[in-house]
Amino acid sequence: MASLSIDRVTKRFGATEVLHEVSIDIEAGDFLVLVGPSGCGKSTLLNMIAGLTELSGGEIRLADRRIDGLEPKARNIAMVFQSYALYPAMTVEKNIAFPLRMAGMDKAAQAAKVAEVAELLQIGHLLKRKPAALSGGQRQRVAMGRALVRDPRLFLFDEPLSNLDAKLRVDMRTEIKRLHQRLGTTIVYVTHDQVEAMTMATKIAVMEGGAVQQFGTPAEIYDRPANRFVATFMGSPAMNLVKGRVRDGAFVAQGAAAAAAGELRLPLPRGTVPLAEGREIELGLRPEWISTEAGPGSVPFAARVELIEPTGPDIYAMLEAAGQSLVARLPARAGLREKTEAALHLDMAQAVVFDPETGASLMAP
Amino acid sequence: MRFFKARLPQLTLLPSLVLVAVSVYGFIALTFVISLTRSRMLPRFDRWEGFDNYARVWSHPRWEVAVENFAIFGLLYIGGTLVIGLGLAILLDQKIRAEGALRTIYLYPMALSFIVTGVAWQWLMSPDLGLQHAFRTWGWESFSFDWITQSEMAIYCVVIAGAWQASGFVMALFLAALRGINTEIISAARMDGASGPAIYWHIIIPALRPAFLTAIVVQGHLSIKSYDLVVALTRGGPGFATELPSTFMYEFTFSRNEMAMGAASAVMMLVLLTVLIVPYLYSELRHGR
Repeated sequence: MASLSIDRVTKRFGATEVLHEVSIDIEAGDFLVLVGPSGCGKSTLLNMIAGLTELSGGEIRLADRRIDGLEPKARNIAMVFQSYALYPAMTVEKNIAFPLRMAGMDKAAQAAKVAEVAELLQIGHLLKRKPAALSGGQRQRVAMGRALVRDPRLFLFDEPLSNLDAKLRVDMRTEIKRLHQRLGTTIVYVTHDQVEAMTMATKIAVMEGGAVQQFGTPAEIYDRPANRFVATFMGSPAMNLVKGRVRDGAFVAQGAAAAAAGELRLPLPRGTVPLAEGREIELGLRPEWISTEAGPGSVPFAARVELIEPTGPDIYAMLEAAGQSLVARLPARAGLREKTEAALHLDMAQAVVFDPETGASLMAP
Repeated sequence: MRFFKARLPQLTLLPSLVLVAVSVYGFIALTFVISLTRSRMLPRFDRWEGFDNYARVWSHPRWEVAVENFAIFGLLYIGGTLVIGLGLAILLDQKIRAEGALRTIYLYPMALSFIVTGVAWQWLMSPDLGLQHAFRTWGWESFSFDWITQSEMAIYCVVIAGAWQASGFVMALFLAALRGINTEIISAARMDGASGPAIYWHIIIPALRPAFLTAIVVQGHLSIKSYDLVVALTRGGPGFATELPSTFMYEFTFSRNEMAMGAASAVMMLVLLTVLIVPYLYSELRHGR
């Protein structure tokens, strides 16, 4: 196990710069998730750690040793690919043993290692099969087996669950997390799925436009988003954003609709930087902070329920409050009905304020 | 009308079915029947000789040469085109410049008929006209390349000309298969510690199995049918040193008025092809399951 340090790493393809001085440091045993929309550079960064793509600038250090100039095989890093990348002409057993065979390990030791990994991943009964005869989940396990068998210092996962169906994805997610707990390996995991990021990571780097927007623990990312992008990308349904102004030390929603429908006035959340009177701001409100019951420090407000999307345990309610559209996530038993007025409460304790121009958080650090 | 609708697929397929049944399987059967008769210039079905014609074919010295040549030609032609085709495909697959142009150049011989190839290579390999002459005029007086005039070596000239013509086609087959290999597999092999040659040997070439199957079947049947190349290049000579089963068959059927023996040799060619290709096809296709 090893710590990983990505230091001002830059990547250019011709004139286009796809990664701008990305820096991330993780400890040995961390589970880092790089999350972001397609084209944010997360897979490029992973390939650079793996040694499959060259750096245009910066350094990558593994256990304090510089690795960015080394051949992939000299880095002692294993990777699980999105397509699993199993060798089609080899049996599962040969697939898993391949890295050992390339390292020149003797046959008996290879067999022992393969058996050990097969036991760990419960794929012993598949060893004689070819990849074509396996289901998606089984291929996933074999790909993980081939990565595990080498005892590498770092594991890389490139969207490994994106080809699985929804239920299997949840199962494998749990399994990868359990494996990480059990083996204590350092992992870098790329996904575009914010739920995967939240559930598995010990550290998350949210990426967008070739730069890290925020790096921190899942709780930091979720509770104290550094900017509007992070706030809306993480969490489902996405965070509500309401534009408005500071007036008399409070937030007042703005817009023609708002003026006609009566004011939505909310207290400013605690912990904002000092804000000038009349300044335009954007208030970020997570859907789960809206409730039918009053709580300590909550603010009552009236809203019209436009639409309800039941998800089983919860409902997503599309609300209209003083000309503003809001999404609320409420327990199914909350008893809201479509096309009715409802008295709701908003928990402002964790609300965040953004600069509407730059999108940066206006919360004091 | 309803009858038509219900039977449309069968009706559409019927003409080609009849054509294939008559002109392929019908004539195979007819050839077999003729091989059992005493037909000479024309088929006649009044004297039956059983398998005597087969015995005559197998005891004929020219047939012996033909089968031996077929073994040499078949092995070297198939093997040669596979090795050259795969080699070219791998080299072309290295993201080189002008790949499109090179691909076309290598594929072009395929556009020629075997007759043209045969004539061109006959000139190239003729000691008085071709390479030997050229090298000697350029000053390499001792240079010698006269295989085409030697009974022992002439068959290898047929192999060279055939491989020149067909390698580009095999290359195109392999190139398409190489392009179909998931690049993540190659990345995975690099991370697993495989060097460039090891990646080709352990991962890529085994993954080309279906392309090998196609190439071997196509080249295999071309090699046994191969007739025009030999006729244009050596006319079966010197003597009958480059005789192949196909030239034997033609010679006996149409030149020597031994139609029954010709038919027997044709049936033997079919048997040879079946014996060689069918077990291979069977094992490969079952393997794919």
